[in-house]
Parts: sequence; C-alpha cells; structure tokens
Amino acid sequence: MTVLASKPEPGAAPPPVEVESRRAAAARKWVWTAIIIAVWVVLWRIFHGDATLTLGQRDHTPLHQDLTGFRDSVLASRDTNPFVSLTYSIGERLTSFADWLSRMISTKDFPRPYPQIGWLGVVAIATWIGYAVANLRIAVLVLVSFLAFGAFGYWEDSIDLLIVTMLAVLIAVLIGLPLAVYYGTGGKVGVGILTTLMDIAQTMPTFVYLGPIVLFFGIGTSAGVVCTLVYALPPIIRIAGHGLRRVSPTTIEATDSSGQTSWQRLTKVQLPMARATIVVGLNQTIMAALSMATLAAFVASPGLGKPVLRALQSNDVGGATVPGLLIVLMAIMLDRTTTAASLRAEKASRGGHDPKWRRIILAVTAVVALALVYVSRTYSWAAGYDNFLAQLKSSAGIDLTSLGRNTANLVDDVFNWISSTFDGITEAIKNIISYGLLNPLQDLLSESPWFVTGLAIVAMASLLGSIRGFVSAVVGCALLWYFDLWHDAMITLNMVLVATLLVMILALVFGVWMARSRTVDFILRPLLDAGQTIPPFVYLIPVLALFDATRFTAIIAATVYAAPVAIKLVADGISGVSATTLEASRSTGATTWQEITKVQLPMAKSSLVLATNQGLLYVLSMVVIGGMVGAGALGYDAVLGFARSEEWGKGAAAGITIVVLGVMIDRICRAAAADPNDQSSRLQLEWVKARARFQGSRSTV
Amino acid sequence: MRTNWKRATQLVSASAVALLALSACGGGDIASETQQNEQNAGSDGDCGDVNMALNPWVGYTADAYVFGAVAADKYGCNMVYKDLKEDVSWQGFGTGDVDIVIEDWGHPDLEDKFFAEKGDGSATNVGDLGATGIIGWFVPPWLAEAHPDILDYKNLNKYAKDFATSESGGQGQFLGADPSYVQFDEAIVKNLGLDFKVVFSGSEAASISAFQKAEENKEFLIGYFYEPQWLFADVDLQRVALPPYTDGCQDDPAKVACDYPETPLQKVASTKWLDSGSPAVDLLKKFNFTNDDQNTVAKYIEEDKMSPEDAAAKWVADNADKVASWTS
Repeated sequence: MTVLASKPEPGAAPPPVEVESRRAAAARKWVWTAIIIAVWVVLWRIFHGDATLTLGQRDHTPLHQDLTGFRDSVLASRDTNPFVSLTYSIGERLTSFADWLSRMISTKDFPRPYPQIGWLGVVAIATWIGYAVANLRIAVLVLVSFLAFGAFGYWEDSIDLLIVTMLAVLIAVLIGLPLAVYYGTGGKVGVGILTTLMDIAQTMPTFVYLGPIVLFFGIGTSAGVVCTLVYALPPIIRIAGHGLRRVSPTTIEATDSSGQTSWQRLTKVQLPMARATIVVGLNQTIMAALSMATLAAFVASPGLGKPVLRALQSNDVGGATVPGLLIVLMAIMLDRTTTAASLRAEKASRGGHDPKWRRIILAVTAVVALALVYVSRTYSWAAGYDNFLAQLKSSAGIDLTSLGRNTANLVDDVFNWISSTFDGITEAIKNIISYGLLNPLQDLLSESPWFVTGLAIVAMASLLGSIRGFVSAVVGCALLWYFDLWHDAMITLNMVLVATLLVMILALVFGVWMARSRTVDFILRPLLDAGQTIPPFVYLIPVLALFDATRFTAIIAATVYAAPVAIKLVADGISGVSATTLEASRSTGATTWQEITKVQLPMAKSSLVLATNQGLLYVLSMVVIGGMVGAGALGYDAVLGFARSEEWGKGAAAGITIVVLGVMIDRICRAAAADPNDQSSRLQLEWVKARARFQGSRSTV
Repeated sequence: MRTNWKRATQLVSASAVALLALSACGGGDIASETQQNEQNAGSDGDCGDVNMALNPWVGYTADAYVFGAVAADKYGCNMVYKDLKEDVSWQGFGTGDVDIVIEDWGHPDLEDKFFAEKGDGSATNVGDLGATGIIGWFVPPWLAEAHPDILDYKNLNKYAKDFATSESGGQGQFLGADPSYVQFDEAIVKNLGLDFKVVFSGSEAASISAFQKAEENKEFLIGYFYEPQWLFADVDLQRVALPPYTDGCQDDPAKVACDYPETPLQKVASTKWLDSGSPAVDLLKKFNFTNDDQNTVAKYIEEDKMSPEDAAAKWVADNADKVASWTS
C-alpha cells in the first residue's frame, strides 16, 4: 500500500555477538503472545456474549443515519447544486464521447445496423498498431486476440471494455503524470497526504464509491470510467514517482552544476532517466483499469463484465468462464504490447533508427489496413462478426457460430462432473474448517467484549511492532469502534485471518517448490499470471456451487485470488538466497528439509513477511464479494448499502471500516517487520521494491 | 532514405483520401438495411433509443425483452438494456439514463424520493403490469408433506435446529436472496421471536439451486421466494403462513412482523421520456403481461437456455393476438 521509503534507523544495527540474546528475545515474544492469548481466552469464557456491540442486519445507528441523510441531501439537490451539475456535465461528456467511439467501432450506429467501421477494419487497424508500436510478434498476438473476441461471440462487449479501459487510462496518465512528478520530487508532508489518499483509493471497496459515483456522474459509461480511474490512478503515481525519486543524486548534481532550471532538470534528466519505471507504472495502471472496468458492469458500464455479471446471476459457470478468459487474453495482449512498445521506444531513444524495410512495410500495411476498413464499411460480412461466422459456415463449411456456447457447455459438463463426483468431499472439507477453525476463532474474536478483543489486539501489536505497532492498533481500534460496526468487523477479521493462513500455506509449499525447480516455475508462472487477471466473479460461481453460500466460499475465493501474489513473492525471495550460502550449507551435509527450513526460509524472511502482508490485503479486498455469497459481516453491509438506498450510510461505514482494517493490519505488519533487531534498512528496501512490483496488479473489489 | 519515407507517407495519405471518398458512397446491402431501419423508425414518429433497466431476476428479463422485441419490431426503437439493481435504476430516471422499469415490486422509499407527490417528480407510475407478485417464505414440497405443521410460523422454532447450518451459528438458517430485493426477513425473524438467522444466497439462481437441491436430497430449507417464478412448475414450493398483511404493517422496515402483501406489479417510467412523444410510450401504457406469460418466457431462458432475444421473439410469434392488442 505504501511505497514511502522510511529512513534507516541509526544505531539500530545489531551488534554482531547478540545472536543468542536475539533468540532469547524471540522466545520471550512467543511466551508473551501465549500469555496474552491465554488471558483473552479466560476473559472470553467469563464474559462470553457481553458488550459485543452486535448490530442487527437491518439496524443502524445515528451515525449511519447521518451518512444516509447526507447522501439523500446530495441527491435531492442534484438539479441546483453547482458541484453536482459540474460533475454531471463531465459525466455526460465522457458518456457521449465513449458512445461515439463505440458507434464507430463496436456497436450499431443506429439506424445503420453496424458500427461505422466493421470488425474487419478494427482488427486490421489494431494489428497495424501492434506492429507499429512494437513488432511482428505483438501484431500476431493482437490479431489472434481480436479474432478470438469475435469468434467466441463477444465482439461488442470486448471492444466496449477496451474503450472504457483506454479512456480511463488516458485520463489516468493526464492526471497521474504531474502527480507522479510531485510524488517523486515533492515535500514530505504533501507526499504523505497523497500516499494516504492512494491507500484509501486502493483499499476502499468499489461498492462503497460506486453508489456516490452514480450520484455525481450518472449511470453507465461515465460511472464506469470514473470508478476505473479512481482505482487505476495510484499505480502510475506510485511507480512513476518511485522511478523519479531513484534517479541518482550524483547525476542531478552534475547536471545542476551546469546551471539548469528545475524544469530543465525534470524534462531533460529526471523524466528520461526514469522512463523505464514510468512505463512499468503505465503498464500496471492498464492492468488495474482492466480489472476494475469489469466490475463497473454493476452500474451498467459496457464491456465484458456484463456477461460475467449476468452469468453470476444465473449461476452459469460456462457462461462466465468464456468472457472471463477473454478478459485474461485482453490483459495478456495489453501487457505484452505495452512492454514491447517500451522496449522499442527505449531503443529508439538511444538513437537506434528504424531500418528502412520496416518503414516500407508499415506504409504498405497501412494501405492494406485502410483498404480493409473500406471493405468493412461496405460488405455486411466484414461489418458484423455474426455475419462473418454465418458466411464462413455457408460458404466454407466451417461452423464457428456456436463456438462460445459450445465452449461454455464443455466447461459446464466438466464442472458438473467435478461437483457431483466430489460433492461429499467438498462438504466435509467445508465442515471441518468451519466447525474446527472458523467458528471457534470467530467466537473468540467477536463474542468477547469489544474492549477485551481490542486490548488483545493492541497488546499483540505492541509486542510485535513496539511503539509504532501500538499506535497503529490504538488508532485502528478506535476508528473501528467509532463507525459502529465492531462486531461485523471482528467476523470479517476472522475470515481474513483464516484465508491468509491458507494463502500462506499455499505460498510456502508452491513458492519453495517453484524456487527449487525451474520446471515447476515454468509451468506455474503463467497460471499465476492468469489467476491474477481473471475477474473474481468467474471463479466465484463454481466455488459457490461447490461450497454453497457460506463464509467458506468467500474464504476459498479470497484464497484463490490472493495466493498467486504470495506464491510469487515467496518464490522470488527464496530464489534470491545467494547460491554461495546454499553451497556452504550443502557442504555441511544438510538434508533438503534442513536446507529449506534452516537456510532458505530464514534468509528469505523479508519476502515471507511481505507475502503475508500482501496476502492479507488481497484477501481483505475480496471481503465484499464474499458478502454477496452468504459470508455476511462487513462485505454484506457494503453490498447492501449499494443495493438499497436506505442502507447507504451503513454501507459507507462498512467500507470505511474495511479500509481501517486494511490500513491497521498493514501498519502493524510493517512495524513488526521493521523490528530493529533485523537489518531494517535492507528489509525496507526489499519492501519498497516488491511493493512497487506488485502495485496495481491486484484487482480490488 | 528520407525521400523514401516521404514518398511512403504521400502514398498512404493519397490512398486514405481515396478510400474514404469511396467508402462514403459505398454501401450495397448495408445501405439497404440502414434504409429499412430508417423507414421502420419513421413510420410512427421517431422512437430512437429506449433505455430499459434490467433488474436482476429472470422474470424481469422476460418482460423487458418481450416489450423490447415489440418496440423494436413495430416502431423501430433501438432498445438499450442496462443491468442495474432496483435502487440504482430509479436514480437514472432523472438523468435520462433509464427510461423504463417494467416490473416494480413496490418501493415506498423510492416513490417518496422520485414520484411527483413527495419527491422530485422524475418518475411516473404507468400502471399495472398485469402480473401479481407474491413474496413469501417457502419450504420444499417434501418438507411440507413430511411435517405439515411447519407451514405455520408458530411451529418454526420447534424445527429451528433442523435448519441449522455451519453459517447460522446454532440457530436455524433462513435463506435470503439478493440483498437488493424487496424484503423484511431479518425484521420479521426478530420481531416474531424466531430462532433463525438470515443468510443470503446472493442471487435468484443460487436460491433456485438451493431449493432444487433441498428437494432432491430431502434437506431442511426455508427461504425467501416469490411468484411469478418458473421454478414452481418443477418444484412446487409451499408457502409458510406468517401473521397476515394489514395496511401499514410494513411502513417501518425495522418493525415489520407480518407477511408480504400480494403486489400488483407496476410499470414505472421516466417522466421526461413519457413526455417525449416516443411511439413506445403508448406501447408501454398498453403492455400487459400476466404471471403465466412471464413464466413461459422465463422458462425458455432459464431451462431451455435460449437467449432473452430468442425467447422473446418466440413468445411474440406465438401470441400475435396479445401483441396486436398492445399496438392497435
């Protein structure tokens, strides 16, 4: 969440001979933790059910009423309030521009039965752009992707998603780059405020601001673009800003000595030198935008999210999988294209000129592309993809007309087989974890008096993170209490903890395995990439069918969602352990098990801590989706607030509570990891690097 | 090299101009289709876009697409369907984002905000849809047969333990549906002193599969359900009697302790759109769709896996007389 580098603490470096005492300190910590938990359990037994601050599912407090009242007053004043009319006119302009684009390339431009440029023309232009900005391989990838959008029957939705995503990215770059410059070069206070704002934007569940955005910007494309923007803006600011800050001070000093203005310094030195990082930021912004644009289907924003959402409403596993995979394909296409484009641009900036033949090819293919545009405006088979498929069937005998539905049916069959075959097993797993772990832990967290749980959290945070942990926990718990959803927050916290535990088990097993075997790494990595880009709704449906509407469903969905990041972090951390250290341990005759537990894992400790932290935050971001499938608590409150206008205040409070939980956990983790007994500066650097790498690749809800 | 580049650019721009000029007058079959659409649109005044909210249950989809099929066919309207929850749809009346909510189950709070009597007047009631909505608490048929007394709410506590699941914390589980639907179950449970906890399935489809599974495996299940719904033809869910509905007993959502009323479903539309003179306005006023009609189309969609467009087209073809009565 934060990439703000903290200053190394002078004097905190560990004295060399203190290994023994450090071990003793660790043991002391464990003893104290055990004591705290023991006291907590005793108090829980005594005061079970007292002062739990439980709020009925449809009850609200005056605070929630006030929030709802505020929303109502904005809604009532929307015709007269100048701010609302400003945002409305912005929204209208966004919508009409996106509509115009979509009538050009995706949907029928009524009364014309097709868009102005038919599918063939769009494919031709896109492929040409792929070649122009990158290379032939990218052009082929773009060509195949676009053909797949149509062949599976989702041409219009795919292009609409592309339009919404690109529009949001364009605005994100326009707003984000200046902010990134400030973030990379500005003063401490301003940067701190910006960081907090970005933290909130990325942790706040979308459902909470989806409602207000509709209020200010209207339904449809405009709301879609704006909520995508909120979520996609932080990565480019963070990562580009980080790149700017990293430009070496010696270079700046050297060029400053030649008497340049600060504008010259920025445009001639800092921006060019941070170019590669800025492109990474752009890339991450595109990925974030793509994942959020899918979710914007909840406010009727066009795109592939629409069929996915409809499939969720009708429990259609196959019907969700096909558009879900097309989203993954689009993500891969955009990711590879931007990466390749940045490489080409870098080469060009170093003075490598395009060879002559390439320019000739570009010119010739441009003509071909335009010719195809003309064809796509003239013939109906080149204008509507359906017509093309029908033509293909009648004249060439190739029947692709129901490729999408057939694929969906195949997925359905496979899935039905799985769910009927393993029905008993899944039920058993669900019950073992629910009754064995989930229920007791939830009882302890939520049925203790609130001040007991709160004190236990504060005590453990202080133990692990000393003074910074203490402050974070106190502020966090106070805010949780203030927003009147303590009981729900504890139930959510419980689910988050259990899911994170599962994530870390997976991360350790697969992370170690990947780090130790190149083959495993090679096979798993693409799967993990796909796991990070596929919209959560897609796998929510099968998980729901396997485990019913329960907290367990939510936990599994969250685990699937968070595991790829954690696995990658652990694998990268362990691969980073130096080969010489491993050699040394092997020469002492250590077994594989000893090598893993005594050398690799301890040496990769910072990565493990980071993986846990990121796992937690990813899991937290799935909480709201869990609320839609019977998991209840904060997620349900947020969904309810979006769905029913009289509950908006409670939903907003739930959203804020989720943010508070996320930020509190993050700060406690960081305080714990920055334990002065560890090499704190190295750890912080790792932290910053890894976060920058993963920032934005997550798609929150 | 430079001249080469220049020549290439010239070539490209020249051909681009030529192509654009050609394409402007090019047409063939596309032009004739366009003309056809224009004629359709022109015959009865200009219809243009009609923004139809699609609330998330299949019965609604059925009404909406049948209306859309007729509007597009007879008046050349361009139907724009928007997947929205009920509350968000109503917000769209004032902004022109939504023109029609074709199946409204009664939202006193939204009516206060958006009807002319108390609110900003952006929405107007267009009258009965023709279908009657029945919301209630239902159990699978096997359960009603095995334990007939379960159909009275007073006996529910006796069975609470049988309804318990891993989610209900020792109480009985009551299966709620999509949180956005009209519902007071938490309040009813609380105010009638029932030992149950409401757990949400999240969607219509999830509730349907839960009831199907419960009937198949003879499991205890009680939950929120409603008619018209095609599922009743397959699994004849039995309604549990709650204290009868009386006027005003649902006015305060937190204090509800009575059954749901039978709701004549309403057509609601944007006031602005109603005044626009669109030929589809008249169609909306005459549009009448009964529970049976809806169940037929919903079943095409849900069980026969037809697309909503095809399902609506099939019904329209089979019911020419009804359609004729809306368009005369």
